[in-house]
Amino acid sequence: MRFAVTKVCGGGGKARAGALHVGGIGVETPALLLSTRKGLPAFVSCDLLASLPLPDSLLLHICPTHFIEGPPSKTISNIGGLHHMLGLPNHILVAAAGDSIESLPSSDATNKFGASFETPSGRRLVKPTDYVELISCMKPNLWASLADEVPAWSSEKRNKISVDRTLRWLDECIALNKASGMNTLGVVVGGSSIEQRKLCATEVSKRNVSGFWIGGFGLGENTEERCSLLNAVTDCLPSDKLRLVSRLGLPEEVLEGVAAGVDLFDSTYIYQLTMGGFALVFPVDTVERGMQNGVFESSSGDSTKINLRATVYRKDTSRLVDTCSCFTCQNHTRAYLNHLLNVHEMLAQILLEIHNTHHYLRFFHSIRKAIKDGEFDIFRQQFIESRRAHIATAVL
Amino acid sequence: MGGTPDSARNRRDLPQSAGIKDGDSSVPVWVVEYRNGAPLRQFIADFSAAWWSTDCSFNLRVEALFPMALRFEILGRFNRARAARLTLPHFTCQTPLFMPVGTQGTIKGLTTDQLEEIGCQIILGNTYHLELRPGSRLIDELGGLHKFMNWKRALLTDSGGFQMVSLLHLADITEEGVTFQSPVDGKTMLLTPEESIHIQNNIGADIIMALDDVVKTTITGPRIEEAMYRTLRWIDRCIAAHKKPDVQNLFGIVQGGLDPVLRYAIGGLSGGEDKESFWRVVAQCTAGLPENKPRYVMGVGYPLDIVVCSALGADMYDCVYPTRTARFGTALVPEGVLKLKQNAMATDERPIDPTCSCMLSRDLHTSIVEGRFPEFVRRFLRTQFPKGDVPKWVCNAMEVAGIDISECCTSNKCLVPSTEGQPLYVPVDVKGGVPN
Repeated sequence: MRFAVTKVCGGGGKARAGALHVGGIGVETPALLLSTRKGLPAFVSCDLLASLPLPDSLLLHICPTHFIEGPPSKTISNIGGLHHMLGLPNHILVAAAGDSIESLPSSDATNKFGASFETPSGRRLVKPTDYVELISCMKPNLWASLADEVPAWSSEKRNKISVDRTLRWLDECIALNKASGMNTLGVVVGGSSIEQRKLCATEVSKRNVSGFWIGGFGLGENTEERCSLLNAVTDCLPSDKLRLVSRLGLPEEVLEGVAAGVDLFDSTYIYQLTMGGFALVFPVDTVERGMQNGVFESSSGDSTKINLRATVYRKDTSRLVDTCSCFTCQNHTRAYLNHLLNVHEMLAQILLEIHNTHHYLRFFHSIRKAIKDGEFDIFRQQFIESRRAHIATAVL
Repeated sequence: MGGTPDSARNRRDLPQSAGIKDGDSSVPVWVVEYRNGAPLRQFIADFSAAWWSTDCSFNLRVEALFPMALRFEILGRFNRARAARLTLPHFTCQTPLFMPVGTQGTIKGLTTDQLEEIGCQIILGNTYHLELRPGSRLIDELGGLHKFMNWKRALLTDSGGFQMVSLLHLADITEEGVTFQSPVDGKTMLLTPEESIHIQNNIGADIIMALDDVVKTTITGPRIEEAMYRTLRWIDRCIAAHKKPDVQNLFGIVQGGLDPVLRYAIGGLSGGEDKESFWRVVAQCTAGLPENKPRYVMGVGYPLDIVVCSALGADMYDCVYPTRTARFGTALVPEGVLKLKQNAMATDERPIDPTCSCMLSRDLHTSIVEGRFPEFVRRFLRTQFPKGDVPKWVCNAMEVAGIDISECCTSNKCLVPSTEGQPLYVPVDVKGGVPN
């Protein structure tokens, strides 16, 4: 695994573009990890996955705790690892315990023996030894150590304990899996305490890891808090190593993370949009935004997304997004999606997930371009302003 | 020719005779073209009147031309089995073919691209569901179902009758049509043959079905005969109401319970009857139906049933079986089924089907065209029944179909088959019954 920063935004900004090489595949950062359920996207099948933009769509977030109920790790190992079992030999699988849908960190039940997660089959305690065994059978390209993530309202004491545990488990994981030490990502926690965050970040930096997984966000902190916490963390991390963050999904949150110096993002935003029947429509770059200026979506949504369940789309034969080249936009109309949602057909979610993924990957592409052109700050400012302008118009 | 005012009217409609030679004498042949508003019965009645009004005798050859949006060319045969090319407005299909059921304008969970990739030629849409949501008028406004779902190949819609009877508790069938309670607001509604055709015209499928008087196959008694005659009367009404005969083909359904009576689309067979009755009805129907038109057995399903019915001369099938069984976690493989949810499967590392490029209907068609249909049937049965326990009804049906499957059967319950190449004649008595 190789990672190098290729460009840093000037003017004291911390946003950076990078190049990540894993398993013979190169991707540019900042990039998005597509969220998965048991290794594959929630609705899009493997053959349809191949039609998404490459190499962006090769990055997948795998949640090892999804596999607690099966198949047994020995079977996964016999088949040759997760890449073979999923039929995705060319994808980059990044494993980290916990996601926002099916494996929520349960900080009340986490104890000194292991981390607890709420899963569809109940609460599960995962010990470092079990976790590392699962990882070694699955053989992902990158993997994060086991962490104790706590919500923003945890007590100071609990927060401190989580930092200690996380560091201890990191050392245990590294020791247990010496072979793949080069692909380990150290998790940084620390809740809402700047002090603990800095402490944890500094300590994790001392370990021999390939990069850093910034956890503990998206668990109740407010946006102002998060900004300062996130920046405090990245300030303490070595700049030449990979940084990932979980649960920052909204476009503004992604921009904030990029501005703080994060390289990879894992979020379930696309999944949640799809489940709600939403399609992303916001303009992904300055060119498109110029076209859309002054023309805002109807009351059935904001300028980010439209809700295709709305009756206004019953006879709408236009595409989701005219400039989108995804399968859904090239082949289907809003009216058809409205119908599919109304009759509860699973094709609706498949088509929406394809479009939303495509659209969001285009957004990341624009971010990368803005950084490379040295215009990230302007890009971010314009993006946020255009959305605020919409809200202002709606209010007035 | 003299005669009644009726025949005078008919004379005016008849074009000049072509004077075509037929045999020894020069026989005038009237080519009568009836607009598709005229029912078949009316045509026969009118022509009979004209016939009786003549005062000279002549040979009469009647050719009724209803412009058809379908061409059916048989490319290969084996006894009763046939492989054909079915040309429809949107797609040219190969039969025998299977139509997956895309109830609500989609095959559950598959994109149109994926369907084309797996060789799907024609999809069935349910008129009842589509009229409910999104509504056939909306579909028509947006350019028809093909455009609405972006499916470039062929579509077939059923009449809506079956769902009425099976889904709705208070469906009542009268001469007028099917009365039912709307599931949306409980209002009483009436589906007439005319309304069914109107809805299907709006949807725009390549093949549409006439509304039939559906009866359960397990029913016996006078209801069956009533249903049969009423279906015929309804077919006439459907033909009269059909507004797009140049781009939509109307298939007639003939019912009759398990009493073998005349059928085109062979309906009413997909539930509850035992296999011995089932295959005999199919055999009877295929023997009695015109050779040059496709025969569609509705609701047939299992791969074994498809192979047997094809051997007996059927061409088209539809069933929810593959899509439904997939939702329950079952995979269809040459050997039968794989219940993938079972515990034993959790550690089974084998691929689902290592030979998977098997497409049953495509292989059926090709094997008939290439003259190796019996080998195909034997190989199919050997794979499904490796122990040789082929069910007796299959053995019986194959005997009628004239296919030697003795090497596949180790059970002594199977009948001794006749020599291949001499299809067994199934005698039919006066009432149309098939003796055991």
